[in-house]
Amino acid sequence: MLLAEVEETLKRIEAHKGVIGTIVVNAEGIPIRTNLDNSTAVQYAGLLRHLTMLARSTVRDIDPQNDLIVLRIRTKKYEIMVAPENGFLLIVIQNPCE
Amino acid sequence: MEIVHVYTKLRAEFGRQCLFSDRPAELLVDVLPDPSLGLQFIHKTPRDQALQACRDMSEHQVNTERFESDSCGINHVEGGWPKDVNPQEMEQTIRFRKKVEKDESYINSTLQLGSVMEHCIRQNNAVDIYQEYFEDEEEVEESQEPPFAKTINVFRDPNEVKRTVTCLSWHPDSGRKLAAAYSCLEFQKTSKDMSLDSYIWDVENPNRPEMTLKPTSPLVCLEYNPKDSHTLVGGSYNGQIAYWDTRRGSQPVELSSVEQSHRDPVYKIIWLQSKTGTDAFSASTDGQVLWWDVRKLSEPTERLVLDPGREGNLDRALGAISLEFESTMPTKFMVGTEQGVVVSCNRKAKTPAEKIVCTYDGHHGPVYALQRNPFFPKNFLTVGDWTARIWSEDIKESSIMWTKYQMSYLTDACWSPVRPSVFFTVKMDGVLDIWDILFKQNDPTLSLKVCDEALYSLRVQDNGRLVACGSQQGGATLLEICSGLSTLQKNEKSLLAAMFERETKREKILEARQREIRLKERSRSEQSREEEGGREEGEESPDQLIARAENNFFSVVETELRRRREKEDEENRVMSLILYTQQSLTFCSLTFTSENTKVLLLQ
Repeated sequence: MLLAEVEETLKRIEAHKGVIGTIVVNAEGIPIRTNLDNSTAVQYAGLLRHLTMLARSTVRDIDPQNDLIVLRIRTKKYEIMVAPENGFLLIVIQNPCE
Repeated sequence: MEIVHVYTKLRAEFGRQCLFSDRPAELLVDVLPDPSLGLQFIHKTPRDQALQACRDMSEHQVNTERFESDSCGINHVEGGWPKDVNPQEMEQTIRFRKKVEKDESYINSTLQLGSVMEHCIRQNNAVDIYQEYFEDEEEVEESQEPPFAKTINVFRDPNEVKRTVTCLSWHPDSGRKLAAAYSCLEFQKTSKDMSLDSYIWDVENPNRPEMTLKPTSPLVCLEYNPKDSHTLVGGSYNGQIAYWDTRRGSQPVELSSVEQSHRDPVYKIIWLQSKTGTDAFSASTDGQVLWWDVRKLSEPTERLVLDPGREGNLDRALGAISLEFESTMPTKFMVGTEQGVVVSCNRKAKTPAEKIVCTYDGHHGPVYALQRNPFFPKNFLTVGDWTARIWSEDIKESSIMWTKYQMSYLTDACWSPVRPSVFFTVKMDGVLDIWDILFKQNDPTLSLKVCDEALYSLRVQDNGRLVACGSQQGGATLLEICSGLSTLQKNEKSLLAAMFERETKREKILEARQREIRLKERSRSEQSREEEGGREEGEESPDQLIARAENNFFSVVETELRRRREKEDEENRVMSLILYTQQSLTFCSLTFTSENTKVLLLQ
């Protein structure tokens, strides 16, 4: 079944070294599936949705044929990676220096 | 020729609305060219015309519209749920999520995203693209650059009649503010129109002080409370202590009474470490150290008279001009005096006499600055006369290290708060010296002419990068020190510890040797006194002593007189000898020493 395949993919991502959390966000900014607690996931979803949409529209404004694939935010503590697709967002928080 | 045009209007039409209409152009006057006038002109064939080769420039000023900015934030709350789903209800939200998860587009996009993301994660785990390869090398390079310092801002006394910046204090938290005390310390140079105010400056804005402090008498010292950055305490020229709360305006909140205060200018005040954070102590040239609780300044909580005889006699007390207190040793403090002596005290001693523990004597002039090394509190720095000296607490006879005598008087000094081996001094010729005793002991590492006037005060910010120095004419200069002089070097602490230990040991050996010599001398003099004692027997009364001193004096005078008389006689004798020789004509050469004359006479 396809849903099982999705679950498997996400589990595989979570199993990678340094991955702290994953969040799948729908078009309305609701965290659908996450392995983090709800309040953290809601905060990430709400704030990063804005930023990702802004980044995406910037890329599209510069070249209408272009599109954003992944937004990587390197921070002091970890790296936040956001990928948009079809209105959904996948947010992964990873500590690369582990 | 006059061109006149007359316009008429009926009286009845006055004040009526205008009715404009088109009409063709009409010629009013026609002036024809006059050839006779043309003859009066002179043709100038080579014509001079000035030309600028470069483009004309003009200066304009424009007031741009002010851009108002304000900061705002969002308190993010959960949202975006469809109307029929209540986000508070767990069951409904789970059901909604399950529904989305079954959605075709969800499955497809997540699978798509999963592969993209996995790629990124693998990239991150494969190589750290932000890795710094040459971290260590860079540090070494940095320390090799020549030391420098640059002026950032100059804060000038905004008053017409300039006063000396006598004290500076940095804001304890941010270090973005600088409190400066202004007063004229020159004897009887204070004029009536001299302002009494002191100021707090914003480091970024040299144009206008951020706040004015209005004391009743000019402030000589001013100190931020390290525990509460809103409060300041200051000591006035007339001896009073005043306390400000910056939230409560320019006027002092509390003021000590004149009768209970110092009788001379308060040269230094320091906040103490206490539970309430409201205790401070002050020193003045009247010879007193007073402790205060700023909440109740009507009288000091404690009093100490700096009488070296330990009798509490105010007439014989040493005038305190600098003060030192280290929070790690809360009962100890030191006082620098006008007489050049540093007095080490213990506040918690049982009797007042025991409060003065010992003295360190080495300066020829007032000890203007006194500070313990923040890393090695056993060692302290003093400035007085033309030298700066570093002392060890154990050696009371002399300092363990000192600078050469400088060309001008030193007025203030302080240690760097980050580098144990670095200290700063300012001089009367307007030069700021930065010393790194690990690097060079004889000369300053960096010597900087800050201004043409004398510098009177100095304070380093807690991060060690910013130094403020105050001048005689009311200018406070803010300097930034290069990173080499404001970052802790490798092994610096251990190297300096070894250096202090070595110098202390050297001084100890010298001291022991000196004591030995003195002992020997004493025993010798005692021996000779014993011999005398056999004749004179026992103690002498003061009268006898005076009589003996008089006798000694007179005998010295007498011998001197006798010597002179003999000399005169001798000259006379030689004269007679010359006469004699001239008569006999037997001797050709003559020598004018007494023995020879005798010999000559005999012959």
